[in-house]
Amino acid sequence: MARAQSPRRRLLMTLAAWSVALLIFFPVLWMVITSFKTEASAVASPPEFLSADWTLENYAEVWARSDYPRFFWNSVVISIGSTLLGLAVAIPAAWAMAFVPAKRTKDLLMWMLSTKMMPAVAVMIPLYLVFQRTGLFDTKIGLVLALMLMNLPIIVWMLYTYFREIPGEILEAARMDGAGLWNEILHVLTPMAIPGIASTMLLNVILAWNEAFWTITLTTTKAAPLSAFIASFSAPQGLFYAKLSAASAMAIAPILILGWFSQKQLVRGLTFGAVK
Amino acid sequence: MSTQTNRLAARLMVAPSVILLFIWMIVPLAMTLYFSFRLYRLLTPERTGWVGFNNYIWFLNSPDFWLAIWNTLALVGGVLIITVVLGTLIALLIDQPVKGQGVLRILVIAPFFVMPPVAASIWENLFMHPQNGLFAAIARGFGAQPILFLEQYPMPSVIGIVAWEWLPFATLILLTALQSLSSEQLEAAEMDGAGSFSRFRHIILPHLTRAITAVILIQTIFLLGIFGEIYTTTQGGPGSASTTLPYMIFKQAIVAKDIGRAAAGGIIAVILANIVAVFLMRGLGKNLDA
Repeated sequence: MARAQSPRRRLLMTLAAWSVALLIFFPVLWMVITSFKTEASAVASPPEFLSADWTLENYAEVWARSDYPRFFWNSVVISIGSTLLGLAVAIPAAWAMAFVPAKRTKDLLMWMLSTKMMPAVAVMIPLYLVFQRTGLFDTKIGLVLALMLMNLPIIVWMLYTYFREIPGEILEAARMDGAGLWNEILHVLTPMAIPGIASTMLLNVILAWNEAFWTITLTTTKAAPLSAFIASFSAPQGLFYAKLSAASAMAIAPILILGWFSQKQLVRGLTFGAVK
Repeated sequence: MSTQTNRLAARLMVAPSVILLFIWMIVPLAMTLYFSFRLYRLLTPERTGWVGFNNYIWFLNSPDFWLAIWNTLALVGGVLIITVVLGTLIALLIDQPVKGQGVLRILVIAPFFVMPPVAASIWENLFMHPQNGLFAAIARGFGAQPILFLEQYPMPSVIGIVAWEWLPFATLILLTALQSLSSEQLEAAEMDGAGSFSRFRHIILPHLTRAITAVILIQTIFLLGIFGEIYTTTQGGPGSASTTLPYMIFKQAIVAKDIGRAAAGGIIAVILANIVAVFLMRGLGKNLDA
């Protein structure tokens, strides 16, 4: 709803919008700034901006003190693995719900979403025990499964809202040409659905990457991802601000950058198609 | 291919998702239900047995219970109000023809990509810390006493942190909705002499209803289970001042090591979550239908 406005008003609005945006972004910025300071400079009072002692030492030390590459690799495997597995299960379901809707499809979708409202803490002990017994505890495959199931309702919902916008006539035409069910999915539907699948994938990689409860509860060392890595850094009071900031920056940087590149695709998917 | 086989195929395609989710839901739920009627303490594992509703009675009579319910509602309600109101205002501001809209979006969305333990520890250490935090430095700059955020105002502080995490989500969705509003309609209203408030009240707000509905539904799902932010910052304290229902269950299971009572709390939480879910789905589900 862009409308013509006087230059003065425009300048004022620009200033106001930029101030608000910088204020929201500031905590992240301040964390990054702090991560390049020496520990003494990080806790100096009054706070130091330009006069601070700048250093890369914190990153070097965090890198040396912990096995960052392993945590990073675990995060990558768990978030991408759980998303791909989730897509494999959800794509047929969402396709069927969108193109061959039954009487109960809407209820089924609502039920799926409602499973996400069950507080994770409430079922923490049983899942912990199940994972211990089945040997899934502290394994990447265990976390892939857990996060896949955790995000499955969202994956189905998002795909469903995208698939529903694909015109049914195209499928009927393909059917007339004698295309079988799998051909229909592979050659007709999939190419049209790729943008929707891509943004579903992006959002779920981000959700899985940032998931902290199950990843910390169900791992100790072998399969621990970056959320567990950061939890191990946040204990000491005061003395290690710069290192904590460096570790935090290393934990969020990959997904922050991915998110920035894909924010346009994300926004629509996030609303389950409620906002166009 | 006949419709009959098509229907059957469709069922088969939906089945894996439904079966997996059902198992994922029912197995832990059944185990929790079983534990909730048992004496099961990790410190005295040899003493076991059925205890009827004792765990439930203990949980419901605990002085923390109603506080935890209140805190949970305050957290969900507080964050929803802050994010919807501020999100609307910020979306209106960014929607103006301002310079660098693309960069603005990137700045505003950033908190959404920050994982909860990092968000909580940034706020706890770099901002709210009474000696080294930036807020304390600002207070000292004005000659005031630093505010003990997490000690004196634990719930408002936690609500603030969580609201910061979810503000980008609300803002971006509302912004997307705003951008689909036709400017002709607004111009016509302006010609008719409608002031900016009345334009907002009668044209913009009704247009945003669907988006606000989506924000409330999706955020509530995530907010009901908030745990990491409290664990990182206040640990539910001081005392039980910032203990929510999920955190109270966690304390019973991990600190008190009483699995039976924690399980009873879990079942209570599941029942309450389902009540909220039914209300949300009834009220909002219709709104989300295209």
